[in-house]
Amino acid sequence: MKKTAAAGTTARSIAVERIAAESLPLFEARVTENIEVAPGVYLLKYPRTEDFVPGQVVGVTVDRRIVPRFYSIASGTDEPFIDLLYDVLPEGELTPLLSRLGSGDLLLVSHATGGFVDTADPAWWIATGTGIAPFVSMAKSGLAGAKRLVHGSRTLAGFHFRKYFTNLLADRYICCSSQESAEGVFAGRLTEWLSMQSLPADQRYLLCGSTRMVVDVRDLLIGKGVPFAQVLAEIYF
Amino acid sequence: MKEPLFGRTLSQLRALVEELGEPTFVAAQLADWLYKKGASDFEGMHNLPKRLRQSLGEGFEIGRREPERVSLSSDGTKKYLYPTAHARFVETAFIPEGERATLCLSTQVGCKMGCLFCMTGKQGFQGQLTSGEILSQYRSLPEFERITNIVYMGMGEPLDNLEAVLSSLEILTSDWGFALSPRRITVSTVGIIPAMRSFLERTECHLAVSLHSPFDEERRRLMPVQNVYPLAEVLAALRESPIARRRRISFEYIMFDGVNDTPRHAKELLRILSGLRCRINLIRFHPIPGTPLQSSPDATMVRFEQQLKGSGVMTTIRASRGQDIMAACGLLSTGALVGPSGEVDY
Repeated sequence: MKKTAAAGTTARSIAVERIAAESLPLFEARVTENIEVAPGVYLLKYPRTEDFVPGQVVGVTVDRRIVPRFYSIASGTDEPFIDLLYDVLPEGELTPLLSRLGSGDLLLVSHATGGFVDTADPAWWIATGTGIAPFVSMAKSGLAGAKRLVHGSRTLAGFHFRKYFTNLLADRYICCSSQESAEGVFAGRLTEWLSMQSLPADQRYLLCGSTRMVVDVRDLLIGKGVPFAQVLAEIYF
Repeated sequence: MKEPLFGRTLSQLRALVEELGEPTFVAAQLADWLYKKGASDFEGMHNLPKRLRQSLGEGFEIGRREPERVSLSSDGTKKYLYPTAHARFVETAFIPEGERATLCLSTQVGCKMGCLFCMTGKQGFQGQLTSGEILSQYRSLPEFERITNIVYMGMGEPLDNLEAVLSSLEILTSDWGFALSPRRITVSTVGIIPAMRSFLERTECHLAVSLHSPFDEERRRLMPVQNVYPLAEVLAALRESPIARRRRISFEYIMFDGVNDTPRHAKELLRILSGLRCRINLIRFHPIPGTPLQSSPDATMVRFEQQLKGSGVMTTIRASRGQDIMAACGLLSTGALVGPSGEVDY
């Protein structure tokens, strides 16, 4: 019966592989760099071979038997590489494997896809943790001019790209830490900071992060008079 | 800590009994005790070898969860609270209606999808249910024997917990399990395409897709999943999948006053669903705290229904049940039991 069980597993793997391939065509890419930028958070690079719209995601996996996960692109449209910022989930199927890849290793990626995109018009970008990634892409693609960015994290180590955004946005870049304090960092959750602000109802609000952050911030914005049609959210799942 | 057996498929039970040195046919007997006879301990499984019962008792438990609380609606609907791992909870709705009794199952503690109109989404995501935790909501229900239909429309996005949901469906529909007809079971989804394809290929159960707006930008504001799995691609995947004649594809459409309830919406719905054998369920919106949305008036819903029916699409307005105990569509939540701030991750 072991043979039966093994055969069943193989059949399932083939089914998963075929279904995944039908749903999301994957292409081979070679990792250029994969570095730990904060505890448990990595920035992975591979050569860009096609255009994308800042804010879009790519499906990523290391093996066709593992269902790809989507990650926001964290690089600009004119840069030679695609950058992906990701958390390693110790219990996860994919990210522990992803974190072990080094330069030259094979990666399977999809075309860029997704509708979490912005224009050059004034807007608020609101992120937690690695949810900063699409805003990095938007900023590096020239969309940061009329933007305000609010980044929340439990710890200071979670403010990825802090130096970049400090230089680019100056006082339009707000860091909120709920567990650690530092100069220039609001001590509290980003919802606390937002609740103290006057929030224009005619601007767009783009949210990227955990479901909990998205629903908390969306409720807060709506409670302060922002029409829900002005709120665009990207969630991790 | 002992491992639960309730929720394991026959192939998983075979692997287990083989590992314990027993012939594999014993697995069918074990499944019979777990699912058909509803055994609550190993000692009573008298046709299993004594040494196996002993081994099972040492390393395993039945692991079926019992409900801890029940709320009763004035319309007869009941809402049960079930415990899950890590001291968390899910809610399950039992909805009797004449000869029919529907059980609405949860598949996750909370939900990751963040839909604007859903109370479950407001609590964020706290964890996946195992197959055994999903099935406990069925087998441990006091009204277990009255259930005629099962819908996977409770807390969570079922196809974001694909393997546990598929295992639970296998156990519900197999002769060695609960032997229910797959035509009595409907699984809902926001449209996670790869998982939806797997579900269609690996089961015969009905599928219900949460649609809520036929317009891309509008649906994006209501359902963030639209960013990565747009409706057009969901519909294309359904059109590409071979779907048996007796299998039902339905679209759930919550009606929001002044948002998605105009003749223009009905016309666009008809256009995008053209050629797809399906039905549409129109659902009253049950307001949640802080929502900017209101339910469409009944007259608007009827007009909308008639416009769809007039073009030959089977359309129904779903009756609201259990609203007074927060058991109606979109209202299930155990957020109050999660803890004041322990689950906030930012």
